[in-house]
Amino acid sequence: MGLKSVSRRDILKSLTMGAMAGSVLRVIPTQAAEYAHHLVDAEKAATPGGSYAPKFFRPRQYKTLQSLCQTIIPPEGDTGGALEAGAPEFVDLLTSENSDYQLKLGGGLMWLDATCTDRYGKPYLDCAAPQQKEILDAIAYRANALKDPSLAQGVAFFAFLRNLTADGFFTSEIGIKYLGYIGNKYMPDFPGCPPVPDV
Amino acid sequence: MAQVSRSAKAYDVCIIGSGAAGGAAAKVLTDGGLNVVMLEAGPRLNPEKDFKMFAWPYQLPHRGVGVGGKLRGELNSEFMAPNGAWEIEGEPYTSAPGSRFRWFRSRVVGGRTNHWGRIALRFAPVDFKSRSTDGMGDDWPITYEEIAPYYDKVESYIGVFGSKENIPSAPDGVFMPPPKPRCTETLVQKACAKAKVLCIPSRMAILTNPLNGRPACHYCAQCGRGCVTASNFSSSQVMIPPAQATGRLTLITNAMAREIVMGNNGKAEAVDYIDKNSREEKRVNAKAFVLAASACESARLLLNSRSASFPDGLANSSGVVGRYLTDTVGSSGTGYFPQLEKVPPHNHDGVGGMHVYVPWWKFDRKNDFLRGYHIEVYGGRSMPGVGEFDGVCDEFEGYGASLKQKCRSMYGTFIGFEGRGEMIPNEHCYCDIDPDTVDQWGIPVLRFHWQWSDNEIKMAKDMQETFRSIVEAGGGTFLSSATADGPRPYGIADGGVIIHEIGTARMGSNPKTSVLNKYCQAHDVKNIFVTDGAAFVSNADKNPTLTILALSWRASEYLLSEAKKGNL
Repeated sequence: MGLKSVSRRDILKSLTMGAMAGSVLRVIPTQAAEYAHHLVDAEKAATPGGSYAPKFFRPRQYKTLQSLCQTIIPPEGDTGGALEAGAPEFVDLLTSENSDYQLKLGGGLMWLDATCTDRYGKPYLDCAAPQQKEILDAIAYRANALKDPSLAQGVAFFAFLRNLTADGFFTSEIGIKYLGYIGNKYMPDFPGCPPVPDV
Repeated sequence: MAQVSRSAKAYDVCIIGSGAAGGAAAKVLTDGGLNVVMLEAGPRLNPEKDFKMFAWPYQLPHRGVGVGGKLRGELNSEFMAPNGAWEIEGEPYTSAPGSRFRWFRSRVVGGRTNHWGRIALRFAPVDFKSRSTDGMGDDWPITYEEIAPYYDKVESYIGVFGSKENIPSAPDGVFMPPPKPRCTETLVQKACAKAKVLCIPSRMAILTNPLNGRPACHYCAQCGRGCVTASNFSSSQVMIPPAQATGRLTLITNAMAREIVMGNNGKAEAVDYIDKNSREEKRVNAKAFVLAASACESARLLLNSRSASFPDGLANSSGVVGRYLTDTVGSSGTGYFPQLEKVPPHNHDGVGGMHVYVPWWKFDRKNDFLRGYHIEVYGGRSMPGVGEFDGVCDEFEGYGASLKQKCRSMYGTFIGFEGRGEMIPNEHCYCDIDPDTVDQWGIPVLRFHWQWSDNEIKMAKDMQETFRSIVEAGGGTFLSSATADGPRPYGIADGGVIIHEIGTARMGSNPKTSVLNKYCQAHDVKNIFVTDGAAFVSNADKNPTLTILALSWRASEYLLSEAKKGNL
């Protein structure tokens, strides 16, 4: 029987039976462990497609969120950005379950729109690109709030969203690939460190 | 008293708890031919369903941090083996005013051995002779030479890697070959050599060769998630299955022990427990009892087992149950090493945990504090998780492609250092029964009292200085939020946070100042044994699990011989 004809369930069963069935420990073939890693990879790698219905943010707010996420971690070369990584979905899901996030992000987005309306006469999404850049440049650095305390809430909001966006991107499949993390797989031996200067 | 449903059968031994201590006892006692019943407060474990060894963060909608991101920045994640938690719904504990204590509990077959760091260090000879050495604390009623054969047995059976080093503070054991160091660890070893700090292969309960049908580690670095191939040690996969295979182990899960019931002959005769499924109270009878529920949970059970002969709790004529509570002194720092930016993408995973560590190296000189500590290292190009780039984002701020690139170039350039030191028991650290609070099963809960002494603070200070010297010797920049003042001087972790709480029913030769004799047998009640961390007399800078296994193995062999002589 070739490995391919063995179902994932059978493999996992053979892996766990020895340890858990209450009988004597059985020899577990190492290739089975390797195979199980591959199978689960393949099964789980398929990311859910289609459109996402936001759970917390209203449609317009969600569009603003998407825009901000993509600005924080934009596409670059052949690598997607926060949108392609599903970061806004991740942020929305957590926010829908966490009243503290709702206050920080829901309130933060409204602060941003109100501030843009004060400054430019329209909410963030409707502002021209240079205006969007101007306000983001203002709230992207703590030092600006020291000079202009009216920016403090915006700075706190943006710092929080930046962390969550980075979370969403760098824990995604494309984000992990972008970082060059290539582990989480079966290795018969651990080869140690390749030659690196000063290491 | 509530209606108790009684089981007619009397077992030879009832073990309460299925972790390191309970697992070792179950194996030794069933091997010896005794009929054993084991109570576990959590459910059974099903690695196939429960272990997330293979998962990527993006395969879970919450990316590992749970509903509402509540696990962001926490030790546990959705990936972790199940049912280990700082807080358990319906099963609270409290802290006395002014005390900060956290209690990590695992309600599942195997207990915290499903979650532990697999660091398997022997106590050194001097660790059993605290008072003779520096006048503080107490000596153990046993010596290193007495426990050494049990360390040998445990290591041979569970599988531990390491290297022979002949360091007096870190005795060698029965070792499998250690894995090669990772890039970050090569760097740390060179830095330590410069800083004149010892750095040697770590000692971990992870197989680098097959053992008893368990395959060697396949280096996916996810031990904390539970290992589907049982290549690391957990009681659930290594101790319980062979005990079950004898046909002499009855495992009762979701069984929360409430009280040990005394008979008329000065011996314990039963345990009353709550069946969590039916919420009914049930009773199981046995000729002897092994408490192995974790140091504090075992103390709680004794304190809650009051009777006319033991008004202050069972086996507590000394008043010592709950006292002498210690945890490990923990303080941490991080090094940023720019040269790690040149490390090419490669598989850096290795085993789940460090391949090298710093054993206590200043044993041959006078220090500003008593006792010692070791240093654990981690970091490098490990699997990215939520919160990974908080530091980079806060440091560089901004947004856009430059931020994204910065995260990538900084990825894997940080090495963390965790000091793990010995705390000396003090009168301010103990647990007792909270007079005002019961859990959802009606069982009075524990209340923790905690205060570090100067010795621990000085040790944390020394840890910070050592981290800095290693980082700077390695050409890095030392980052630490620790300050000399404030509620956590020099970054000392709150009580319980290192999850090495022990000492609450300590051994000793004097029944007035100790609960157990040298075989973990209660001075007051001969058929009660406490074989978990409660029995410890001191909390050396060695993670306690290996010593719990050795002590429980030894106590169980004694119990077995006493049972065969008809003494129980």
